[in-house]
Formats: sequence, structure tokens, C-alpha cells
Amino acid sequence: MPIITYREALRSAMDEEMARDENVILLGEEVGQYDGAYKVSQGLLDKYGPKRVIDTPITEEGFTGVGIGAAMAGLRPIVEWMTFNFSIMALDQVINNAAKMRYMSGGQFKVPIVFRGPNGPAEYLAAQHSQALQTLFVHIPGLKVVAPATPYDAKGLLKSAIRDDNPVVFLEGELMYAWQGEVPEEEYLIPIGKADIKREGSDVTIITYSKPLRVVEQAAQELEKQGIQAEIVDLRSLRPLDEETIYNSVKKTNRCVIVDESWPMVSVASHVGWMVSRYCFDYLDAPVELVTSEDVPMPYNHKLELAAQPSVEKVINGVKKVLYI
Amino acid sequence: MSRDFPVEKYDKDFLLKLLRDMVLIRRVEEKAGQMYGLQKIGGFCHLYIGQEAVATGSIAAIDLSKDYVLTTYRDHGHALVCGMDPGVLIAELFGKVTGCSKGKGGSMHLFDAENHMYGGHGIVGSHIPLATGVALKIKYKEEDGVVLCYFGDGAIHQGAFHESLNMAKIWNLPIVYICENNQYGMGTNYQRVSSVHDFYIMSNSYGIPGKQVDGMNVLEVYEETKKAVKQAREQGLPSFLEIKTYRYRGHSMSDPAKYRTREELEEYRQQDPILLFKNAMVEKNILTEEEYKRIDDECKKVANQAVEFAEKSEEPGLEALYEDVLA
Repeated sequence: MPIITYREALRSAMDEEMARDENVILLGEEVGQYDGAYKVSQGLLDKYGPKRVIDTPITEEGFTGVGIGAAMAGLRPIVEWMTFNFSIMALDQVINNAAKMRYMSGGQFKVPIVFRGPNGPAEYLAAQHSQALQTLFVHIPGLKVVAPATPYDAKGLLKSAIRDDNPVVFLEGELMYAWQGEVPEEEYLIPIGKADIKREGSDVTIITYSKPLRVVEQAAQELEKQGIQAEIVDLRSLRPLDEETIYNSVKKTNRCVIVDESWPMVSVASHVGWMVSRYCFDYLDAPVELVTSEDVPMPYNHKLELAAQPSVEKVINGVKKVLYI
Repeated sequence: MSRDFPVEKYDKDFLLKLLRDMVLIRRVEEKAGQMYGLQKIGGFCHLYIGQEAVATGSIAAIDLSKDYVLTTYRDHGHALVCGMDPGVLIAELFGKVTGCSKGKGGSMHLFDAENHMYGGHGIVGSHIPLATGVALKIKYKEEDGVVLCYFGDGAIHQGAFHESLNMAKIWNLPIVYICENNQYGMGTNYQRVSSVHDFYIMSNSYGIPGKQVDGMNVLEVYEETKKAVKQAREQGLPSFLEIKTYRYRGHSMSDPAKYRTREELEEYRQQDPILLFKNAMVEKNILTEEEYKRIDDECKKVANQAVEFAEKSEEPGLEALYEDVLA
């Protein structure tokens, strides 16, 4: 199977879907002539032309709203936010328009649109350019939220997101774009709302998603050396959540650690932690443990910024805590 | 202010349609206000009384089989002129399942997808990018349509307005932005919060022509919109109209409008868009007072029937709570 990068997987998903459906367009800052701020859209302007790959001014609220209006009228836009840090400028459009149009019109409209771009901490970017904002979107009914961690998942989920008739918030990561992985040449789709067991184990369930998956995989390897078999549940979709896969794993291992690079308060981690505590109560041999980013804005200094995020050591400590060792 | 109503230049049926549309809005809105007082309607209810000539004259200049309308939460008038059944409208205000949005949108969220009335939007200025996106779709699909995007004087300082005009110009989108300057953003007179007092010049910053229009003259609104629509349809050029108007009621039903004088209100009542237009038609012997009374009686009857329909309609079942969250 060919090995490609996460970036190439995303590009290939957009390319295939644009070839398949002429209603699919891409718009955002630097997506065309510049080939994408992170080169995700490289080559798409040459292939599909400026009518379908549209460079916008730096007006996140404006072009996000333009995408939503075009979706209401029948197109299937992909809106690229250069980073999710700038999506905050467009939150009104996403929360008040994209997420609610169908409901408040009594089902008269569908809004088939994808909002995608890098989310989560990167490196040396400080507080305004390095933050994990998924909670803002996961909170909102009317949205779907997806956060793949591998090239294979990224491609299959992005294709599903583009074909979905609902607004889908698609979280990538600056540091993930160069990650490599096997991606088949033949077409495939991954359904939104299905978690994936990335590693089987019997002693503890580690639930994670997006970039922390790598940290969790390294921690699992270390733990194996100590005779601890961790099962890794990669959520992949944050809304809707695959509760069945989560509960089945915890019911098997009886212990649960959740690793999430966003802040701890009112987060995916805290919500999943509550769900596991509520619905697997009789199966748990220890309280659910959360490993999140520290409850501080991101500092610039590298030592400090690493200390702010989940690490292999923090994950191992979390696992040892639920194993009482 | 002297006004010219060259009614003799128009077909009588067309004039009667404009007149009836305005009278119908007036009578339906009066009914809505009355029903709000009886607590049949809750929440926010923004009436269009005084502004009837704007929606009526401008929507008369488009073809809704290919053109689109997006507006604010003061949307009853636009919905009616776009062809929404008054019963369906009042039923939505009553929160009934027979309402256009099945009782889940209310006064501020009237939608009629079939008639290309794309809302009914509650956040000031937030729908201006949406309307621009609908225009992008028209251009992308190489269709013949035009979008009319309405908003108030309160919305014009929102970034969404300025961002949208810029994009409409760089992409040459077929859209007419219409500022219904009713002079008050809620309780604040526009002159207190605007760096310029003639809004029509603002679009020049984006290379888009702007024009000030008398919103109490339905024929002027019609003619100026027609020109702007022609330019959008034939040349794909956006334009901007500042239509000066006045609302007789408060911002919403809960606003007693203490920020303006009785004299000011009375002055505008003398320039009533329905009265002026009717008088011009009567003066030129195109309409008799009896004919006008017949139109008015008919509209009152339609408004009463709309209320009856809404009264008799069912509320949505509890299962509707979970419907249409996702497609």
C-alpha cells in the first residue's frame, strides 16, 4: 500500500471529490495561487481553475458566510480556515447560521459544507496561534465535528464530510501534515461517527483523538515494556460520538484514561469522562483519569509549551494512577 | 418633501398589485400587533408598518423563479410580497406546526425556500455574507438570477456588510444590497452612531455604486431597484441602495419608542407610503375611493382569515423537538 502524508491524503480527498461533483468548490485564504498556507491545496488551482478554487480576502466571517449561503443554494463548499485560531472571527457564521439554518427553517434547507484547517497546538507560536478549539464546535447541535489522526482516516473522513448534507467541522493539525501512513489507491470512505481501536489491549483503555494519538501510542509502547497492555480508542468523530466502541472497550479493560490536547474545563475529555463514569460505572475499577493541556494560554518558550501539553510521561502517569501502581 | 408619482405611465393592474401588497402587509402587521397584545405571539416581533413600500416596490422588480431574497428579522413584509400565504405566516408567529418553519422559527425566521425567500435572519448583519454566497452560487452555475439583500441602518456598521461588499465587487456578483434606513437601530438614531449620515456613499469605498432612494415612494423604489437588478443581471455588477424609510412602531413589540417625539412620528404618518400612493392614483382618476375600500376590506378579511387559520392549527408534537437538527 502506498505511504503518503496526512497533507497528501487531504489533498487527494478534495481532488477526488472535486472531480466527482462539480458542486464542490474550495475557498479560503491562500488556497489558490499560493497553493495553500500549509500546501494542502497544492495543485488544485491548476487542475480546477479559479472558479472552483477561490482565493479570498482575509475576512473569515465574510467568506465563511459566503460558503454557507452558497451551500444553502445548492453548492458543496469546502471552506479552509488558515488555522482554527482565525475561525473565532467566523464563529457567528458557523454557530448562528450553518448549525441552525435547517432547524429554524423547519427543515427547508440543508447546509452541505466543510470547514477545515489546522487546529491545536503547534510549535513556537504562542497563545493566539496555538490552541485547541474543538470544544467551541462540539458544543453546538447542528454541527458534525471530525478529528482524524492518520492519513488513512483523514482521507476517508474528508470524503465523507464533503458528501455529508450537514455542516462538518474538520480538525487537522499543523504538526500532523507531514505525518505518513498507508493509504490505499482505490477509493474508500470512512463513516462519520465511528471510532477506531488503534491498538488492542486488556489492561486499560486510553481514549484520544487527533494529534495526541502519537503520544498515546508511544506511551502504550513504554507501558508494554512494563507488562501493561493498553487499548487505544481513537474517537475520530467528536460529534456524533461512537459511544458503543467507548463503552465496549472500557467494559473490557475496566479502566479508562482520556487524553485530549484541549483545556480541561468543559471539554471532549470531561464529557467523555462523565459518560464513561455514568454508563460504565459498574465496570470501572478506578475513577476515570483525564490528561489534558494545562489550564493556561500557550506560552512561546519551547520548554514551557511542551510542559503545557499532554506528554508520554503524563499519559503513563495517568495509566499508572488508574492501575493503582 | 415633494414626491412624484407618475402613475399614468404604468399598467393599472401593476399599480393595483403594488397597492394591494402594501395594504396587505399593513393589515397583516396590525393583526400581528394585536395578537401579540393578546399574547398569542411571544418573544420578539418586529413590525414592518411604515416600511411597506420598500419590500413591495423592490420585490416587484425581480422574478422569484430565478431571483432570491434574504432579509433581517423584520421579515413579515418581505415574506408576504414573496408570496408566503398570510395564514402560514401568522401560524409561524403563533408557533403552530402549519407555520412556514413548522413553528420552530417564529417571527424572526420566516423562510419560504420554494419562493426563494431565504430568511428571516436574527443576527444583525450576519445574513449579508449568506446573501453574497447565494449570489456566488448564481454566478458559479451561470444562472440568470439576482439576489436582493435587505438590512437595516443598524447593520451597516457590522464588519459582515463591509466584508461582503468587498467580495461582491472583486468577484462581480449579481446582488443588490438594500439598506432600509428606518433611522433607528433599535432605540438609537443612526446619526448618533454613524461617521457618515448618507449611507449610500459608503459602497463607493468598494467600487460599488450607491444611491439614495425615497422609501415612501413605492414607484421610486421599484424603478431604482429595477435599474440595479438590470445591472446585476446583465453585467454581473453589485450595487447598493439606501432606501430611506420610517417605522411607525417601536423596534419590537416590547419597545415603547420613547426616544423619538410624537411630532416626528406624526410628520412621517403624513408621508405614509400607502396614503401617498393611493392619493396619487385617485388624483389621476386611476382609482376610486370605493375601489380602495374594496382592496382594504379584502386585505382585512385575509388578515382575519390568517388568524383563524393559525388559531385552528395544531402545535407541533413533542417529537418535533428532535427533528431537523441534521439533514
